[in-house]
Amino acid sequence: MSKLLLQALILPPVTEPAPKPAADALAEIAAKVDAAAKRRLGRSLSIREVDAGSCNGCELEIHALSNAFYDLERFGLRFVASPRHADVLLVTGPVTRNMREALERTWRATPDPKWVVAVGDCAADCGLFAGSYAVAGGVSAVVPVDLHIRGCPPSPIRLLEGLLALLES
Amino acid sequence: MSALGDILHRGRHVAGHHPYPRVEVDAAGWEDAAFQTADGRCTLLSLWGEVDGVHMALAGPDAMEIAVISLPCAGGRFPSVGQHHPPAIRLERSIRDLYGLEPQGAIDERPWLDHGRWGRRRPLGAATSDAGSGEAYDFLPVEGDSLHQIPVGPVHAGIIEPGHFRFTANGETVVRLEQRLGYVHKGLDGLMQGADLGRAAKLAGRASGDSTVAYATAFAQAVEAALGIAVPPRAQWLRALMIELERLANHLGDIGAICNDASFALMLAHCGILRERVLRAAAAAFDHRLMMDRVIPGGVAVDLASEGAAQFRALLAEIRARFPALVELYDDTTSLQDRTVGTGRLDPALARQFGAGGFVGRAAGRGFDARSLAAPLPYAELGFKPVTRSEGDVNARVWVRIDEVNHSLALIERLLDGVPMGEIAAALPSVAEPREGLALVEGFRGDVLAWLRIGADGRIARCHLRDPSWFQWPLLEAVIEGNIVADFPLCNKSFNCSYSGHDL
Repeated sequence: MSKLLLQALILPPVTEPAPKPAADALAEIAAKVDAAAKRRLGRSLSIREVDAGSCNGCELEIHALSNAFYDLERFGLRFVASPRHADVLLVTGPVTRNMREALERTWRATPDPKWVVAVGDCAADCGLFAGSYAVAGGVSAVVPVDLHIRGCPPSPIRLLEGLLALLES
Repeated sequence: MSALGDILHRGRHVAGHHPYPRVEVDAAGWEDAAFQTADGRCTLLSLWGEVDGVHMALAGPDAMEIAVISLPCAGGRFPSVGQHHPPAIRLERSIRDLYGLEPQGAIDERPWLDHGRWGRRRPLGAATSDAGSGEAYDFLPVEGDSLHQIPVGPVHAGIIEPGHFRFTANGETVVRLEQRLGYVHKGLDGLMQGADLGRAAKLAGRASGDSTVAYATAFAQAVEAALGIAVPPRAQWLRALMIELERLANHLGDIGAICNDASFALMLAHCGILRERVLRAAAAAFDHRLMMDRVIPGGVAVDLASEGAAQFRALLAEIRARFPALVELYDDTTSLQDRTVGTGRLDPALARQFGAGGFVGRAAGRGFDARSLAAPLPYAELGFKPVTRSEGDVNARVWVRIDEVNHSLALIERLLDGVPMGEIAAALPSVAEPREGLALVEGFRGDVLAWLRIGADGRIARCHLRDPSWFQWPLLEAVIEGNIVADFPLCNKSFNCSYSGHDL
C-alpha cells in the first residue's frame, strides 16, 4: 500500500481542467432561478441523486463524476445521502408510476431554496419509454425542473458543463 | 434419455423456433417439467407469459441441452411451477400482474411488479382500469422477542437504483430480509409489442444500462436465429470484444465499490481510474462510452478502425501495469479481508437450485457460464474457460471478478489479434410467417436470456428479456441471514443485482 500512496504523492494528478458551463444550461438556469435564491445557495451545493425509473445508464455516468478525472467535489459540489441535506435533486429516468410518490416525497423533504436537475433523455421526455402505461412522464410532469441535461446517457463532461452552470451567477 | 429429452419427446414440436426446440405440452406435461426442475434434473432458465399461454426455458444438467416448454392457457390458468420450485415464484407473480394468468396452487399470491399505481390491472392481458392510487403491500409476518424492523428505500442513500428492503433484526443480527421490487417497472414488454426491430433493439439495450451490450447482443442473436441469417464473422468478434470491455469496466467498478462499502476508499479511487480508461477507449473506438446501440440485429453498427484497436492495446498495457498492485493491496489488507471473508456466504446447493449465474453462482461452485455454449460468439476459438470458486462469500465474489478481469484482458488481446476482416452486418430478410428465436449471452452479471416472436409483419409480437438478477435477488435475502446489518451494503454490492433489468 505504501508504494501506491507514495506514487499518488509523486505522480501528477489525473484530474482534468474544468469544462466551461454549457451555454444552453446557463440560459435555462437564468430564466428559472432568481438572484435571491442564488445568493442564498452560494457556490457550494449538496446534491441528492434520485433514480425515478432509469435503466441505470445515467447512474453509471453520475458515479463517474466522483472519479479522479472529474473530481466533482473540487467545485464545491457533493453528493449527500439525504434529501434533507440537499440543495439540488438530480433526477434520472422517465418517472415510473411506481416511483412517482417516492419522488414527490423526496422533493417535499428537500428544504427550500432547492433546484431540480433532470438528467438524461428519459428525464426530459421519457425517451424510448414514452407512451408506456407504467410511466408517469418526464421529471417536469411530477416536480418543477430548473435544468435539463440531455443525453443517453449524458457523458460526465456534459453533466459537469450543466452542473457548473448552477454555480455561475 | 435425459429428463429434458423425455419432456421434449412427449410434447408437440412447434415449428419455426430456433436454435433450440420448443414443444407444446398439456397441463400434466407442464407439471412434469416443474417436478423435473424441482428435483434438479433441469435448471429453470426463465418463465414468462403472453396473452394465451405460458412458457418456460429449461436447461439440462450441463446446459448442453436447452429447450422451451409451452402450455396454452385456456381459461387463464396454469399449474404453478413455484409451488414445487421456489425460483419460479417471482416470475409467476409477474406473469399474473402483467397478463392476468393465474398460477394454480401458488404459495405466494401477492402482486410483485404491480403496486396498484398503473391505473389499470393486467395491462398486457384482459386489462381493466382502476384508480391507480396504490395499495399497501403485505410483508411477511415476523414473530419473536426483541425483534425490530428497519425499512430502507425505495430511495436509497447512494447513487443507486430504487427498491425497498425490509430488515428484521435481533440487535445487530439480521434474522430476515424481505425485498420489494418493481419500482422501476417501465412496461418494457408492452413497449416491445409491435415495435420494429430497430426500435426493439434500442429498447433491449436499455433494459439494464450497465449490460447494454449483453442485452443488445442477446436480442440480436434471438432475431438472427429466428430469421435464420448468418452474421459476418467480423461482427461476431466485435460483439465479443464489446461484451468483454463491458465486463472489464463493470468488474473494475464493482471491485472498487465493494471495497468502498468496507470504507476502503483507496481501492475505489484506483479502480475508478481504470474503469474510466476503459470507457474512454470504448468512446474513442466505438463513439459511445457504454457502447449503447452499437450491436444491432444483423451485426454491429460501427467498425473497429486501426486507431481504435491501438487504443485498446494501450488500455490493456495500462491495466496490466496497474491492476496487479491493486489485487495485492486487496489480498494484503487484513482489515479489509476481515470484512469480506466469511461474509454473506451463499450455500452452493441454493446457487444450483436457483441456477444463479455470473459471479454469484461461480463464487459458489456453479460453473455455468454462457460463454461456454456452442454459440455464434467466437469464445470456443478463444480458448475460453469459466472461473469458479467454492466459498460463496463476499471475498469469493471479489476474487471471481478479479480472475475474470485478468481473463477478459487475455480475451480482448486475442480478439484484437484475431478479428477477421470483412463485412460488419448482414441484411435482414423479410418473413412471411411468424418466427421465434432464443439466445443466452453472458453479460458481466450473468446470463441474459432473450426470447422473441417476430410476426408476419416483421415486427415484434412478443419479446421476453430475463435478467440474471431474477435468480440472484432471492439469494441475497438468503445470504444476509445471520449477518450484521452493517454488512448488508457489502453483501448487496458483491451481488450488484440490477433493479431495472429485473423490474422491466
